[in-house]
Amino acid sequence: MEGLISLAVKAIFVENLALSFFLGMCTFIAVSKKIETALGLGISVTVVQAITVPANNLILNFLLKPGALAWAGFPDVDLTFLGLISYIGVIAAIVQILEMILDKYFTPLYNALGIFLPLITVNCAILGGSLFMVERDYSFAEATTYGLSSGIGWALAITAMAGVREKLKYSDIPVGLQGLGITFITAGLMAMGFMSFSGVKL
Amino acid sequence: MAQTYRKLLVDPMVDNNPITLQVLGICSALAVTSSLAVAMVMALAVTSVTAFSSFFISLLRNQIPSSIRIIVQMVIIASLVILVDQLLKAYAFEISKTLSVFVGLIITNCIVMGRAEAFAMKNPPLASFLDGIGNGLGYGVILMLVGVIRELFGSGSLFGIPILQTVNNGGWYVPNGMLLLPPSAFFIIGLIIWAFRTWKPEQVEEREYTIQVAEAH
Repeated sequence: MEGLISLAVKAIFVENLALSFFLGMCTFIAVSKKIETALGLGISVTVVQAITVPANNLILNFLLKPGALAWAGFPDVDLTFLGLISYIGVIAAIVQILEMILDKYFTPLYNALGIFLPLITVNCAILGGSLFMVERDYSFAEATTYGLSSGIGWALAITAMAGVREKLKYSDIPVGLQGLGITFITAGLMAMGFMSFSGVKL
Repeated sequence: MAQTYRKLLVDPMVDNNPITLQVLGICSALAVTSSLAVAMVMALAVTSVTAFSSFFISLLRNQIPSSIRIIVQMVIIASLVILVDQLLKAYAFEISKTLSVFVGLIITNCIVMGRAEAFAMKNPPLASFLDGIGNGLGYGVILMLVGVIRELFGSGSLFGIPILQTVNNGGWYVPNGMLLLPPSAFFIIGLIIWAFRTWKPEQVEEREYTIQVAEAH
């Protein structure tokens, strides 16, 4: 249990997907102009991340790993090279299913988040989360914790960024830095802030 | 015709750079630039994936039903990335270890998807192929630029060959460790964008608010 809490804290603050691994940067920069939309996207990412990382963990352990197909009578088969295509397939399918479920049963939520869902399939943070799970060899419990907390970390970062940018638009910025340039520099300063969490252990 | 092909190849490098202007593919651009060799391999990988995915998608563009086009594009891109990943693991194992997840993340690199969607679905194969190479190179240029700055000033070397003798090795240069850490990549790209836009003022974005000078009383 302690291990899981420590993993969660690490995934939210120290190894923040957006600010220390630069994942999901395209959307991070593009959709961080207003706090409400940023928060909506952050929540969608968290939900999708919390579902896809454990799902991909199951796929890895029961279908792809060397020897994982022993239950089907193929103990020598190693399908790890199919990893990338299966993970992205799972992500695309889950996003699509989530979109349909939200549309049918939670219409207000769908109206709020609907526009972001297609964006999420190509969000590097989602695929990145699954790939980190594979690389670090997480168990199912760890994968679930990691999925949820890395999503929360990403949501935190994009909401904070949107907060800064809402104020930033009133300031007098050099012409060439307007827009994209200053956004990058702000993100850099935020990343420095998040770095001060490094070394925090529970 | 040759003129348009040249334009397709050269345009994305400066005038329509995927990173500084279209804001695509920054996800991986920042993480792999702390050493130049890694940045170069990454740039090559992305260029080849973009070029070939654009080529194949453009070949199939009249057959792909528009309702499932994203999935079809994904499958083509993912297969190419698996190919690149396996090649790197076979011939450049060290570098593939350093790149770790970022090779896989080429799949979700917005440049690849963006070019497939915006260009390859509407244009013939050869033009799409060149457009893919051009955009890959535009991405590569920025990647190498950031890589040079970070490796030269962060560890005093280029491609691992010492250029500035560091203090630890009895030289004079005190390396700036900050440049090897993630935040520096943001600053460098921010400054590169600033430089680009000072050079090409038509790329500057509109202000949302202008500061009004108070009238004298």
